[in-house]
Amino acid sequence: MAELDDYRADTRSWLDENCPQSLRAGGGGSLYGITGGKKFNPKNPDERVWLERGAEKGLTAPTWPTEYGGGGLSKEQNKILLQCMRELKTPPPLVGFGLTMIGPTLLQYGNDAQKAEHLPNIVQGKIRWCQGYSEPGAGSDLAGLQCRAVEDGDEYVINGSKIWTSNADEADWIFCLVRTDPDAKKQEGITFLLIDMEQPGVTVRPIPLISGSSPFCETFFDDARAHQRNVIHKKNAGWTVAKALLGHERTMIADAFGVGGGGSRLSLADRARKYLPESADGRVSDAALRSEIAQMEIDSKAFGLTVQRSKDAAKAGHQPGPESSMFKVYGTELNMARHELMVRIAGPQALGWEGEGFEDEELQLTRDWLRTRGNSIEGGTSEVQRNIIAKRVLGLPD
Amino acid sequence: MDLVLTEDQEFIRKTAADFVEEKSPVSRFRELRDKQDATGFSRELWKEMADLGWAGIPYAEDVGGADMGFAELAVVLEELGRALAPEPFLSTVLLAGQALALSGNQALAKEWLTKICAGEAVLAVAYQEARSRYDLDAIETQAVKDGTGFKLSGEKVQVLDGHVADAILVSAKADGGVKLFLVPAGAAGLTITRQARLDDRNAALVALDGVSVGADAVVGDGALLANVVDRATVGLCAEMLGGMQQALDLSLEYLKTRKQFDVVIGSFQALKHRAADVFIEIELCKSAVMAAARAIDAGAPDTAKLVSVAKAKCSDAYVLATNEGVQFFGGVGMTDEYDIGFYMKRARAAELSFGDAAFHRDRWATLSGY
Repeated sequence: MAELDDYRADTRSWLDENCPQSLRAGGGGSLYGITGGKKFNPKNPDERVWLERGAEKGLTAPTWPTEYGGGGLSKEQNKILLQCMRELKTPPPLVGFGLTMIGPTLLQYGNDAQKAEHLPNIVQGKIRWCQGYSEPGAGSDLAGLQCRAVEDGDEYVINGSKIWTSNADEADWIFCLVRTDPDAKKQEGITFLLIDMEQPGVTVRPIPLISGSSPFCETFFDDARAHQRNVIHKKNAGWTVAKALLGHERTMIADAFGVGGGGSRLSLADRARKYLPESADGRVSDAALRSEIAQMEIDSKAFGLTVQRSKDAAKAGHQPGPESSMFKVYGTELNMARHELMVRIAGPQALGWEGEGFEDEELQLTRDWLRTRGNSIEGGTSEVQRNIIAKRVLGLPD
Repeated sequence: MDLVLTEDQEFIRKTAADFVEEKSPVSRFRELRDKQDATGFSRELWKEMADLGWAGIPYAEDVGGADMGFAELAVVLEELGRALAPEPFLSTVLLAGQALALSGNQALAKEWLTKICAGEAVLAVAYQEARSRYDLDAIETQAVKDGTGFKLSGEKVQVLDGHVADAILVSAKADGGVKLFLVPAGAAGLTITRQARLDDRNAALVALDGVSVGADAVVGDGALLANVVDRATVGLCAEMLGGMQQALDLSLEYLKTRKQFDVVIGSFQALKHRAADVFIEIELCKSAVMAAARAIDAGAPDTAKLVSVAKAKCSDAYVLATNEGVQFFGGVGMTDEYDIGFYMKRARAAELSFGDAAFHRDRWATLSGY
């Protein structure tokens, strides 16, 4: 305990000395966090300062091994670090798929050379990653993907396209599922391949969404090339890697959305007070909305406790089951319902698109609500997750 | 306050599960119902449960208890809930027992808790009236000063196990506030009439016509009663959690065996998704019940809010699991022969005890300051 107290004191003073003032108290930073990468060009130069200092200290990937530039922190130390950062309301020094998706996958399935090549670049924010999974013809049926990779000497030649490649227009590398054996059973002919996007055969086109501009892109491969050393795990064994990575993705989505998240700074009750007539007794004056707010908070609380229970069980040595599907379904649907509720609380003030007569936060809410409609689609639809629960947890037949 | 069973709790769970499987399958509840049993539960089995230490789980060792907490009690109640065991846990251990344990009236507490822990007494708490709904203070029963004691008059409804109770704790208005009085079963002016409820659990009308009690019959005040009901609510939630899991298990068994259109109906996606939703809601209830039980044991400041989370979630989830259960079973789900109907009835009775989801949403909002 004393050691942890020391760690807390050291962390507090380090953060206080090193985190730029302009990024504290939740202000001054980019909306989507510090993303790093070759194209990283933040409006606020302090973001780069914070990234470099954080990376040097190992705080961009606090729990990764120190040999790759991680912080080597224990779970307890990491919890303290996050608490200290919350106290200062600092953004994390780095966010992105490198840290949350391909990094953990490389730690699990990468060979020593792959880890040595890629992990330090992730930790230092030098390379930004995007994900190439879905294709126009392979959404929920992901294993039906068609993007081809054919061996040519030491290299693979890649042809096809990937869709919903988040931030592909700003990414440097893409981790991709490609078909390497068109004759095998569909799950068995897939390879997990890392591709450098800085080459003539790769083209990226952003996709506007119903919520306006978006980080989503379509990415095209025309005779793009990747060296064979960039195959993760083994040729034609990519499905195994893909499933592991989807587990990281669902956990990430649940963590991000589930527990009162969704970017809301005001409590639901305070939002209601802002938009509804005052009441004499301090209650939310619309009884129906008040009840809906309470239900939303109760559901969020129960969900948060369930995430905690799952973590406590893991800590006690119980094997985690296919419950990540449950978190994905409930976490995303809760986030969607919360946004629906926030829109109804704001009433007609939620109808703005841009320009005069609406607060920035109201305009953002409208866009955020529209964006949440994708939560139950991306990362495996709610329907696919329910199928997984029915089959793997409840034992119902195909 | 980890949300995971300790080794001791896991052992208690296993013991309770084995006991229920061997001695208290749902068929036992069905038999009691079919023969309109006068007691409505098995006194022998109640004694056995007490001998296993279950009635005394949350009580001190000097009255014969195990000095454990709600985390342990919840584990037992969950298993009993799976089998719809009608023994008087809620009335005797949770309501009356908690009232006595929290009471400053040490003489009464010692006398009755000793009997409760030994399985030698059944007690009831008469807190509900025809128009009180879930408001413990909205009662008309009066306690009028009479010398050093009181005279109690009024009518209580749906008093759990009231028809077989050795003593009844009665709430009444006294000096503007609510007080709880212990009334022995044979008291003059006390009339007890058994009621029949849809869930075939024991309940009774309790009429008091100038029943005399001494000053030493006072167990506590309205605040104590509210605290007791919160604690009993968590116990009820644990029972509900067991019931909803059993309802899902019964449903899954049927979904995996019943064939239509030449395939088992559990292969239909329309049914799979409904089952998955029931599963998720039950998982949330598990966490909520564990957290509420541990909050009571720890005396946590957010206990009342966690109780409301548990009861709001369990009320809706048990009803969902059993409504969907009957739908999964189809026509036979509507027949008395299948057990799923018992669970649907119990889900309703439990939902409408100690406040339904709407009541607890309102309470959550009030406790949260809006």
